[in-house]
Amino acid sequence: MAFPDRIERAVEIAHPPATVWAALTTAEGLAAWFGDEVTIDLRPGGTARMTWTSGFTADMRVERVEEPAVFGFTWHIYGLPEDDPRRTYVEFTLEPAGTGTRLTVVESGFAQLPDDAYRKAYDGNSDGWAKELGELVAYLDAA
Amino acid sequence: MPPDNETVAEQVFVALADPSRRAILAALAAEGPATATDLAGRLPITRQAIAKHLALLAEAGLVTAQPGERRRVRYRLRSAPMQVAQQFLAALARDWDGPLEALKDHLGKAPHGPATTRSTKP
Repeated sequence: MAFPDRIERAVEIAHPPATVWAALTTAEGLAAWFGDEVTIDLRPGGTARMTWTSGFTADMRVERVEEPAVFGFTWHIYGLPEDDPRRTYVEFTLEPAGTGTRLTVVESGFAQLPDDAYRKAYDGNSDGWAKELGELVAYLDAA
Repeated sequence: MPPDNETVAEQVFVALADPSRRAILAALAAEGPATATDLAGRLPITRQAIAKHLALLAEAGLVTAQPGERRRVRYRLRSAPMQVAQQFLAALARDWDGPLEALKDHLGKAPHGPATTRSTKP
Protein backbone atom coordinates (compact mmCIF):
# COMPACT_ATOMS: atom_id res chain seq x y z
CA MET A 1 0.00 0.00 0.00
CA ALA A 2 1.39 3.34 -1.03
CA PHE A 3 -0.10 5.31 1.83
CA PRO A 4 2.35 4.86 4.71
CA ASP A 5 0.87 4.65 8.18
CA ARG A 6 4.03 3.69 10.00
CA ILE A 7 7.69 4.59 9.93
CA GLU A 8 10.22 2.32 11.59
CA ARG A 9 13.96 2.69 12.09
CA ALA A 10 16.49 0.80 14.18
CA VAL A 11 20.03 1.80 15.08
CA GLU A 12 22.78 0.14 17.08
CA ILE A 13 24.31 2.42 19.66
CA ALA A 14 27.56 1.63 21.48
CA HIS A 15 26.22 2.63 24.88
CA PRO A 16 24.10 0.71 27.40
CA PRO A 17 20.34 1.28 27.56
CA ALA A 18 20.63 3.46 30.68
CA THR A 19 22.72 6.01 28.76
CA VAL A 20 20.45 5.96 25.73
CA TRP A 21 17.43 6.23 28.04
CA ALA A 22 18.80 9.46 29.54
CA ALA A 23 19.39 10.88 26.06
CA LEU A 24 15.75 10.14 25.11
CA THR A 25 13.90 11.10 28.26
CA THR A 26 15.63 14.04 29.93
CA ALA A 27 15.54 17.67 28.88
CA GLU A 28 19.35 17.82 28.83
CA GLY A 29 19.61 14.60 26.84
CA LEU A 30 17.03 15.57 24.22
CA ALA A 31 18.48 19.07 23.87
CA ALA A 32 21.84 17.55 22.99
CA TRP A 33 20.65 15.87 19.80
CA PHE A 34 16.99 16.58 19.02
CA GLY A 35 15.45 19.89 20.05
CA ASP A 36 17.27 23.11 20.78
CA GLU A 37 15.32 23.74 23.97
CA VAL A 38 13.42 21.01 25.75
CA THR A 39 11.14 20.63 28.73
CA ILE A 40 9.73 17.28 29.79
CA ASP A 41 7.49 15.99 32.56
CA LEU A 42 8.43 12.33 32.40
CA ARG A 43 5.31 10.43 33.42
CA PRO A 44 2.36 9.02 31.48
CA GLY A 45 0.11 11.99 30.74
CA GLY A 46 2.96 14.45 31.26
CA THR A 47 3.75 17.04 28.65
CA ALA A 48 6.98 17.76 26.86
CA ARG A 49 7.94 20.52 24.51
CA MET A 50 10.81 20.88 22.10
CA THR A 51 11.59 24.12 20.35
CA TRP A 52 14.06 24.79 17.60
CA THR A 53 15.85 28.03 16.86
CA SER A 54 14.19 27.90 13.43
CA GLY A 55 10.96 28.73 15.28
CA PHE A 56 9.42 25.28 15.08
CA THR A 57 7.81 23.84 18.22
CA ALA A 58 6.73 20.29 19.01
CA ASP A 59 4.32 19.65 21.87
CA MET A 60 4.31 16.09 23.06
CA ARG A 61 2.20 14.08 25.49
CA VAL A 62 4.10 11.33 27.28
CA GLU A 63 2.27 8.00 27.06
CA ARG A 64 4.62 5.18 28.13
CA VAL A 65 7.53 5.33 30.55
CA GLU A 66 9.11 1.95 31.25
CA GLU A 67 12.70 2.70 32.16
CA PRO A 68 14.98 1.76 30.49
CA ALA A 69 13.08 -0.15 27.81
CA VAL A 70 10.08 1.75 26.39
CA PHE A 71 9.38 5.46 25.97
CA GLY A 72 6.30 6.51 24.05
CA PHE A 73 4.65 9.84 23.29
CA THR A 74 2.16 11.34 20.90
CA TRP A 75 2.61 14.54 18.99
CA HIS A 76 0.96 16.61 16.39
CA ILE A 77 1.39 15.40 12.80
CA TYR A 78 4.18 17.37 11.19
CA GLY A 79 2.92 19.57 8.39
CA LEU A 80 -0.74 19.60 9.40
CA PRO A 81 -2.40 22.81 10.61
CA GLU A 82 -1.96 23.66 14.30
CA ASP A 83 -5.60 23.03 15.14
CA ASP A 84 -5.76 19.62 13.46
CA PRO A 85 -6.51 17.10 16.22
CA ARG A 86 -4.70 14.18 14.58
CA ARG A 87 -1.55 12.97 16.32
CA THR A 88 0.98 10.26 15.63
CA TYR A 89 2.36 7.93 18.28
CA VAL A 90 6.12 7.61 18.63
CA GLU A 91 7.59 4.70 20.55
CA PHE A 92 11.25 4.15 21.33
CA THR A 93 12.24 0.62 22.32
CA LEU A 94 15.65 -0.02 23.89
CA GLU A 95 17.09 -3.53 23.89
CA PRO A 96 20.51 -4.51 25.23
CA ALA A 97 22.78 -5.65 22.40
CA GLY A 98 26.17 -6.82 23.64
CA THR A 99 27.54 -3.86 25.59
CA GLY A 100 25.41 -1.47 23.58
CA THR A 101 21.77 -0.88 22.73
CA ARG A 102 19.54 -1.62 19.82
CA LEU A 103 17.23 1.39 19.59
CA THR A 104 14.04 1.12 17.55
CA VAL A 105 11.74 4.02 16.83
CA VAL A 106 8.28 3.47 15.41
CA GLU A 107 6.03 6.38 14.50
CA SER A 108 2.52 5.31 13.60
CA GLY A 109 -0.83 6.86 12.81
CA PHE A 110 -0.09 8.81 9.64
CA ALA A 111 -2.96 7.16 7.81
CA GLN A 112 -5.44 7.39 10.69
CA LEU A 113 -8.84 8.71 9.80
CA PRO A 114 -11.76 6.35 10.39
CA ASP A 115 -14.68 6.58 8.02
CA ASP A 116 -16.88 8.57 10.37
CA ALA A 117 -14.11 11.05 11.16
CA TYR A 118 -13.50 11.39 7.45
CA ARG A 119 -17.16 12.04 6.88
CA LYS A 120 -17.20 14.55 9.69
CA ALA A 121 -14.09 16.31 8.43
CA TYR A 122 -15.55 16.36 4.98
CA ASP A 123 -18.92 17.75 5.94
CA GLY A 124 -17.71 19.89 8.81
CA ASN A 125 -15.12 21.56 6.72
CA SER A 126 -17.31 22.43 3.80
CA ASP A 127 -18.96 24.96 6.08
CA GLY A 128 -15.78 26.13 7.74
CA TRP A 129 -15.20 29.84 7.63
CA ALA A 130 -18.59 30.71 6.18
CA LYS A 131 -20.23 29.28 9.30
CA GLU A 132 -17.78 30.85 11.71
CA LEU A 133 -18.14 34.25 10.07
CA GLY A 134 -21.90 33.79 10.29
CA GLU A 135 -21.56 33.18 14.03
CA LEU A 136 -19.41 36.25 14.37
CA VAL A 137 -22.02 38.34 12.58
CA ALA A 138 -24.77 36.95 14.85
CA TYR A 139 -22.64 37.70 17.91
CA LEU A 140 -21.96 41.26 16.79
CA ASP A 141 -25.62 41.79 15.87
CA ALA A 142 -26.71 40.68 19.34
CA ALA A 143 -24.28 43.03 21.07
CA MET B 1 -19.11 5.01 1.56
CA PRO B 2 -16.36 7.60 1.30
CA PRO B 3 -13.42 6.94 -1.01
CA ASP B 4 -10.32 5.56 0.70
CA ASN B 5 -7.40 7.80 1.60
CA GLU B 6 -5.31 6.50 -1.25
CA THR B 7 -7.94 7.51 -3.82
CA VAL B 8 -8.48 10.89 -2.22
CA ALA B 9 -4.75 11.65 -2.11
CA GLU B 10 -4.36 10.63 -5.73
CA GLN B 11 -7.17 12.97 -6.80
CA VAL B 12 -5.54 15.84 -4.93
CA PHE B 13 -2.13 15.21 -6.44
CA VAL B 14 -3.57 14.84 -9.95
CA ALA B 15 -5.44 18.11 -9.48
CA LEU B 16 -2.34 19.90 -8.22
CA ALA B 17 -0.13 18.57 -11.01
CA ASP B 18 -1.79 20.99 -13.45
CA PRO B 19 -0.73 24.66 -13.17
CA SER B 20 -4.14 26.00 -14.25
CA ARG B 21 -5.90 23.92 -11.61
CA ARG B 22 -3.37 25.01 -9.00
CA ALA B 23 -4.13 28.61 -9.93
CA ILE B 24 -7.88 28.02 -9.65
CA LEU B 25 -7.58 26.31 -6.26
CA ALA B 26 -5.23 29.02 -5.03
CA ALA B 27 -7.67 31.73 -6.10
CA LEU B 28 -10.57 30.00 -4.30
CA ALA B 29 -8.43 29.51 -1.18
CA ALA B 30 -7.24 33.11 -1.13
CA GLU B 31 -10.37 34.97 -2.13
CA GLY B 32 -13.27 32.67 -1.40
CA PRO B 33 -16.09 31.27 -3.54
CA ALA B 34 -16.20 32.47 -7.13
CA THR B 35 -17.97 31.79 -10.41
CA ALA B 36 -16.18 30.58 -13.53
CA THR B 37 -16.61 34.09 -14.94
CA ASP B 38 -15.02 35.67 -11.82
CA LEU B 39 -12.07 33.33 -12.14
CA ALA B 40 -11.67 34.03 -15.85
CA GLY B 41 -11.43 37.73 -14.99
CA ARG B 42 -8.66 37.11 -12.50
CA LEU B 43 -6.62 34.38 -14.11
CA PRO B 44 -4.93 34.15 -17.52
CA ILE B 45 -7.15 31.20 -18.41
CA THR B 46 -10.15 31.18 -20.74
CA ARG B 47 -13.61 30.80 -19.24
CA GLN B 48 -14.10 27.56 -21.18
CA ALA B 49 -10.91 26.08 -19.79
CA ILE B 50 -11.86 27.18 -16.28
CA ALA B 51 -15.28 25.55 -16.60
CA LYS B 52 -13.64 22.32 -17.70
CA HIS B 53 -11.19 22.36 -14.79
CA LEU B 54 -13.94 23.21 -12.29
CA ALA B 55 -15.98 20.24 -13.51
CA LEU B 56 -13.01 17.94 -12.93
CA LEU B 57 -12.31 19.45 -9.51
CA ALA B 58 -15.96 19.14 -8.49
CA GLU B 59 -16.06 15.51 -9.57
CA ALA B 60 -12.98 14.83 -7.43
CA GLY B 61 -14.64 16.57 -4.46
CA LEU B 62 -12.04 19.34 -4.29
CA VAL B 63 -14.52 22.10 -4.98
CA THR B 64 -18.26 22.19 -4.46
CA ALA B 65 -20.81 24.05 -6.54
CA GLN B 66 -23.07 26.33 -4.53
CA PRO B 67 -26.58 26.58 -5.91
CA GLY B 68 -27.26 29.92 -7.53
CA GLU B 69 -28.99 31.37 -10.48
CA ARG B 70 -28.26 29.95 -13.88
CA ARG B 71 -24.72 30.80 -15.00
CA ARG B 72 -24.03 32.20 -11.53
CA VAL B 73 -22.92 28.96 -9.88
CA ARG B 74 -20.25 29.73 -7.34
CA TYR B 75 -17.52 27.21 -6.59
CA ARG B 76 -16.05 26.78 -3.16
CA LEU B 77 -12.94 24.94 -2.05
CA ARG B 78 -13.38 21.73 -0.03
CA SER B 79 -10.47 21.44 2.32
CA ALA B 80 -11.01 17.88 3.58
CA PRO B 81 -9.33 16.11 0.62
CA MET B 82 -6.33 18.43 0.99
CA GLN B 83 -6.06 17.35 4.63
CA VAL B 84 -5.98 13.71 3.58
CA ALA B 85 -3.21 14.46 1.08
CA GLN B 86 -1.33 16.36 3.79
CA GLN B 87 -1.18 13.15 5.84
CA PHE B 88 0.58 11.45 2.98
CA LEU B 89 3.06 14.30 2.73
CA ALA B 90 3.52 14.27 6.51
CA ALA B 91 4.78 10.69 6.43
CA LEU B 92 7.20 11.57 3.63
CA ALA B 93 8.33 14.73 5.39
CA ARG B 94 9.04 13.01 8.71
CA ASP B 95 12.78 12.63 9.06
CA TRP B 96 14.00 10.13 11.64
CA ASP B 97 17.30 9.41 9.90
CA GLY B 98 18.70 12.86 10.71
CA PRO B 99 17.83 12.87 14.43
CA LEU B 100 19.00 9.26 14.92
CA GLU B 101 22.33 10.11 13.30
CA ALA B 102 22.58 13.09 15.62
CA LEU B 103 21.84 10.85 18.62
CA LYS B 104 24.55 8.40 17.60
CA ASP B 105 27.00 11.25 17.05
CA HIS B 106 26.14 12.81 20.38
CA LEU B 107 26.55 9.56 22.34
CA GLY B 108 29.66 8.70 20.36
CA LYS B 109 31.23 11.95 21.50
CA ALA B 110 30.48 11.41 25.20
CA PRO B 111 33.17 8.88 26.22
CA HIS B 112 31.51 7.01 29.08
CA GLY B 113 29.61 9.68 30.90
CA PRO B 114 25.84 10.00 31.02
CA ALA B 115 24.05 11.46 28.02
CA THR B 116 23.30 14.52 30.10
CA THR B 117 26.91 15.72 29.89
CA ARG B 118 26.73 19.16 28.35
CA SER B 119 30.41 19.66 27.59
CA THR B 120 30.08 18.50 23.97
CA LYS B 121 27.25 20.86 23.17
CA PRO B 122 28.30 24.08 21.45
